[in-house]
Amino acid sequence: MATKNKEILFGIYSDEEELLHAVHKANDAHLVIWDVFSPFPVHGMDEALHLSESRLHIVGFIFGLLGTLTAFLGMTWIFTSDWPIIFGGKPYWSIPAFIPITFELTVLFSSIGMVVVFYTISGMGPGVTNPTLHDRITDDKFCIAFDASNLSEEEIDKRESFLKDSGAEEISTKVI
Amino acid sequence: MSGHYTSPIRDPLIEGNKTYHDITVDLVAATERAPSRAWWIAFGVSVSFLTLGVICMLITIWQGITSWNLNRTIGWGWDITNFVWWIGIGHAGTLISAILLLFRQKWRTGVNRAAEAMTIFAVICAAIFPGIHVGRIWVVFFFFPYPNTRGPLWPNFNSPLLWDVFAISTYFTVSLLFWYTGLVPDFATVRDRAKGLRKKFYNFLSFGWTGSAKHWQRWESLSLVLAGLATPLVLSVHTIVSFDFATSVIPGWHTTIFPPYFVAGAIFSGFAMVLTLMVITRHVLNIKEYITIEHIESMNKVILVTGTIVGVAYLTELFIAWYSGYVYEQFAFFNRALGPYWWAYFGMMACNVLSPQVFWFRKIRRNIWWTFFMSIFVNIGMWFERFVIIGTTLARDYLPSSWSYYVPSFVEIGIFLGTLGIFFTFYLLFTRVAPVVAIAEVKHILKSSGDQYVHGHEQASATAEVVEGSQP
Repeated sequence: MATKNKEILFGIYSDEEELLHAVHKANDAHLVIWDVFSPFPVHGMDEALHLSESRLHIVGFIFGLLGTLTAFLGMTWIFTSDWPIIFGGKPYWSIPAFIPITFELTVLFSSIGMVVVFYTISGMGPGVTNPTLHDRITDDKFCIAFDASNLSEEEIDKRESFLKDSGAEEISTKVI
Repeated sequence: MSGHYTSPIRDPLIEGNKTYHDITVDLVAATERAPSRAWWIAFGVSVSFLTLGVICMLITIWQGITSWNLNRTIGWGWDITNFVWWIGIGHAGTLISAILLLFRQKWRTGVNRAAEAMTIFAVICAAIFPGIHVGRIWVVFFFFPYPNTRGPLWPNFNSPLLWDVFAISTYFTVSLLFWYTGLVPDFATVRDRAKGLRKKFYNFLSFGWTGSAKHWQRWESLSLVLAGLATPLVLSVHTIVSFDFATSVIPGWHTTIFPPYFVAGAIFSGFAMVLTLMVITRHVLNIKEYITIEHIESMNKVILVTGTIVGVAYLTELFIAWYSGYVYEQFAFFNRALGPYWWAYFGMMACNVLSPQVFWFRKIRRNIWWTFFMSIFVNIGMWFERFVIIGTTLARDYLPSSWSYYVPSFVEIGIFLGTLGIFFTFYLLFTRVAPVVAIAEVKHILKSSGDQYVHGHEQASATAEVVEGSQP
């Protein structure tokens, strides 16, 4: 990830409703949240963090279309021009018989494409190690993190007191 | 989530007032402790069967298909029966993970992980049979279209056997991607509790998952679209398997009812296998609070519905054969029920149609022993169904002089037992390496389906206080 050598100030919460509440409060106080971490998807978090809708489904559509075209045009080319053979007295270009393979390749291309794009844009992959802030974020703790790399003492204090006031049970900094 | 509505008559899906941390501890536990004696015994037995299977496959490859008892009349026997049986079993995993995700059925979270794993292992077992039954396994790559020096000569894209190649390879790939994507956050949970070499291992498997809000958003979007793709896929796979028979001109195979009837049968047998595994898994891994009687009852309802659909299909086939007025079709069905393989037809009817009807009774749906034995019955019945369709039909063709009877050879039986060994070996390894219940997804439904949240608010707030007090 492109997050090398950042100083991260973070607070740990133990309930997702508390977390969501704190995110809303941070928005009200115009504190820019670097990221939020949770052990499971928290509903309402996307809106609270103003995350734009994921465009992965568009990726899926494009790859799916590629699969459809690959299969259909491939079979068309093979059976009408590359090596035409008559099977059971049917026309060379027997569209209904091409449907199953066209469908399967649509699904195959779409799934593989989406999964590869998902891991690539998320900076994940086999053997990749991304820095984690706290060992219990994947267990039962929820985390709000601020990027404190370029902040003044005063601004850091402001964020620390915000975390404390909003119910964080542990506040810490970590350079990642 | 407090915003989700759950009907008050629903029983909790997570019992025992669990906190998020309890869920992690309970579900990761199986991967953290040394394997028990029972596990080693089960693993030893599975590996023995696997070895037997591998030996029999090597005999098949070395000696050729003559090591099987197939003959000129009966060209498909246990090989294709087992292939269809295993593919059918695989269907429950995708149904639970994809279709129930689209229908927002919360009980899927308890069983989806194990069911998807089962799908993958079942498809591996299934894929062995087309590979070895062609006789010359070293040229099976001819199945796939690739530019070659023989022309290039392409496979026949009009053939349902080739559609099968595409359907099964797509199904395997998509199931694997779907399953692994769900596993990544849970592997991260295991990673963050582990130390040393174990941490390195799970760090590799968890792909660098952090739990960032944006990643969760994408992960949910990906899961939903994959579910949307897997739903028509799972229906297409068994439809195409049924085309292997339905597009032929053999009486008894050439019927339009085959696709829906095969898909219903596949879901039926798949759920039976999920139940067989879950009844044992929940007991051995001590996760009865996550795979509850409520989960088992839901699956038994699916068994009842699909079993009845299959029953209606059997009767419809018989009716249509009679109503068609076509003597060959009539003979094919008369022969199925009363011919030399009458015992297979009887076994199929008894196990698939009659016995699941006991699940009309709530008491029986919620009884572990009944469930277990019924799941075995259904597995046997569905195996007989495939044998009835393949074996009995081929044994009596148009020419009475070529009528034949078929009994499997030792090698064929060995290969079948071998696939059972492969399946259970993989499943047992899976229970050691990965959490068998989707941890993140169970946490997600805790506040709508957890014991303390379902049974009244006063109790809930009381437990919440206790829970908060007890945490460091």
